[in-house]
Amino acid sequence: MKDDIILRVVAKLTMPFMLVFALYVQFHGDFGPGGGFQAGVIGAAAIVFYALIFGLRAGQRLVPEAVVEAMLAAGVLVYAGVGFAGLALGGAYLDYFVLDHDPVHGQHRGIFWVEAGVALTVSGVMLKLFYMFAGRGSAE
Amino acid sequence: MEALIIHVLLTAMVVVIVALALTRNLFSVVVLSGIYSFLMATVLVALDAVDVAMTEAAVGAGVSTVLLLGALQLVASREAKPLHRPFLPLVVAIAVGGVLAYGSLGLPAFSDPQAPIHTHVAPRYLNDGPRETGVPNVVTAVLASYRGYDTLGETVVVFTAGAGVIALLRRRRKRPEEKQRKTDKEEKKA
Repeated sequence: MKDDIILRVVAKLTMPFMLVFALYVQFHGDFGPGGGFQAGVIGAAAIVFYALIFGLRAGQRLVPEAVVEAMLAAGVLVYAGVGFAGLALGGAYLDYFVLDHDPVHGQHRGIFWVEAGVALTVSGVMLKLFYMFAGRGSAE
Repeated sequence: MEALIIHVLLTAMVVVIVALALTRNLFSVVVLSGIYSFLMATVLVALDAVDVAMTEAAVGAGVSTVLLLGALQLVASREAKPLHRPFLPLVVAIAVGGVLAYGSLGLPAFSDPQAPIHTHVAPRYLNDGPRETGVPNVVTAVLASYRGYDTLGETVVVFTAGAGVIALLRRRRKRPEEKQRKTDKEEKKA
């Protein structure tokens, strides 16, 4: 579809908004609807959209497969790491109260990193699935 | 008005489902399931579940439509005719559907404040959540903090699903020495 000028222009115009919306959903999740899962899916959908219009190779140049695979595992590790941070600071596993001097700030910090982990894993899995399926039809 | 909107949407979803069951063209099936997901997302917005609506629109209508189209590229675009007349599955489906409908009659009325789900831990989350976690959005507080273990499990499930797909679909590049051995064998055969 990369020869269609309308699609190319529309994709280039909407991509920044989709990515910013994903970040908004991620970081505004404490106050409005949203959170890591939604943000990860929206961000991945933006990249999939880009790859649909400019081709799989262009998408893979933008977000290389190695990065995607690292994201997949890094998200779970970040989430589990927050739990171990709580253990190290003398609390229970996934206890956020001990992450800061002020318990409420500790909660904020814990929720922030947990949501970041969820977003990483979810967007990594979505992108990886797309890459695997889209790459299968075409010969290497 | 809200009830009217939801009923119109649900009726449209039933129409889409019937069309889905009847059509044999797999491309229309993919498009119809995308339409179904968008209708579902709109119902969820009408029910004030914006989080779930976002997920449904992005995953159900967006990414999975793309994945199904990618899969469609690898197979024929028409569904094969079934070998047998599917009477037994039809009976089973109708029976299970009937049992589910009967079971739903025993549920508390929609948005009944006295329903067990609203009287167990929900009041505590609603009353103490903002003070304890400092997060005004109760959904985020419950998901990430009160139910942190569940969400960790969910994340691991998503990770495992991704890892499973990678394990199944990744093409292994043959190592040069393996290739060499193969050609040697072929030469011997010749």
